[in-house]
This record gives sequence, structure tokens and C-alpha cells, in this order.
Amino acid sequence: MRTGPAEGELGRRCIGGDELADEDEKAEKLAIVLFSGTLDRLYSATLLASGAAAMGKQVDLFLTFWGLAAFRKDQDKMGLPVSSDYGQEGARLAGQIADKQVPPWFETLAAAREIGDIRIHACPMSMDVMDISKDDLEDVVDDVIGVASFVELAGQGQVLFI
Amino acid sequence: MSEIDTKIAANREIDARGSFCPGPLLELIRGIRESDIGETLAILSGDAGSRKDIPAWVAKAGHEMLGIEDHDGYARFVVRKVR
Repeated sequence: MRTGPAEGELGRRCIGGDELADEDEKAEKLAIVLFSGTLDRLYSATLLASGAAAMGKQVDLFLTFWGLAAFRKDQDKMGLPVSSDYGQEGARLAGQIADKQVPPWFETLAAAREIGDIRIHACPMSMDVMDISKDDLEDVVDDVIGVASFVELAGQGQVLFI
Repeated sequence: MSEIDTKIAANREIDARGSFCPGPLLELIRGIRESDIGETLAILSGDAGSRKDIPAWVAKAGHEMLGIEDHDGYARFVVRKVR
């Protein structure tokens, strides 16, 4: 683990969702380990994060391996393949996304970040293995934190692996 | 669904037709953030998810849902910013 949040920073972050009426609701959390770098899974993960942030949840995205690689500045965000699990249907889905002009997943995530509380963390182990520096990553990536810090941030909230 | 003649007046209207879930909701939240308390905002959405998502957010955020008007292929949601 290379870097982590400064001491005392964990659990003390600014809770967003300031439009929400119920104080208790503000504490709700969703943590997503984004491992996949295919278009279908990136859409699923980022739209889920966006919806959760819209409803006032504190969302933490932890980018590892292919999910991290998708956030490289030099990566064409919509040029990624669809999961091979679905064979030729995958290519069809990519065509439908293009034909219907669905906004790029990255843009929706960026928009959701403006209205809600989404933090995006990079996994230092993936960065080391894949030779990715913090500067190589999009500016929406907030920080580099170790997996232990991520688990700490997730707290008692839900954790999804996508 | 038939076109409704009487429209609930709004200070501002956002056309989010053609946007996909959760796009219209995100646009509504941004619009409410930009509005002053007491102002009304209408949002047009053709996304089926908005039907549930927008009233759910409005209730949770403590604003007032003034109405949902069904039109051909989209709905018009009118919200008053309360707080």
C-alpha cells in the first residue's frame, strides 16, 4: 500500500446529499469495487453509483485492475468492449448504445459527482502492477487508498463487486 | 395516454426527453439546487424509471410534488422547492 488518507480522515468525510430531509438517511452508504473494464459493467456500476448518490447515499468506488484501467486519461471511454460472456449479443448491445445515443458512462458519473457524494479511489496494487500513475488517471479519481482504508470507508454499508 | 390541456405552471422547465435513466433525475436535482425556495420546476422525461424515481427523490429530499402529467411518450413532473 503506497498512500492512504491522512490520519483521522477516515469516517470524518463530508457527507453529501445535503438536500435530504432525514439526517439518518445521510449516513447510508454504498461501496462498489469496480474490477471490470467492459462497457456493460462500467455502465452498470456507474449508473448504480449515480442513482445511489442521487438518493443521498455516500458512495465509494474502488477501482481495481480493469476498472482502474478504464479510468486512464488516454483510454477512449466508449471504445471499450462489452463483456465476452454474452458472445455476439455484446457487440449488438454496443451498437444499440451507440445508436440510441446513450450518454457515455463517464459523463453520467461526472454529472452524478456534481450533485451527490461520490468518491472515487484508485487501488495502489493495481497501479503498481499495471504501471499506472495517479497522473495517468482522470481527474475524477479522488485519491489512492489501500484496500484496508476502502473497507474502513465502506463501514457497515453495502459492498458490491462489479 | 392522452395529452392534458391544463398544465401546472412552473417557474422553469427542463426538457430531459431523450435522456436515459438516471439522467432526468440528475437534471432535476441540479435544477432544484439552482432554484430558490418556493420556486417551481417542471421536468419532462420519457424515461420510465422517472415515474418512480422522481417522486421518491422529491419525498426523500423534502420537496413538494405538485403533479405528474402524462403526455404522449413522456411525462411532465412539477416540483416545488420547499427547503
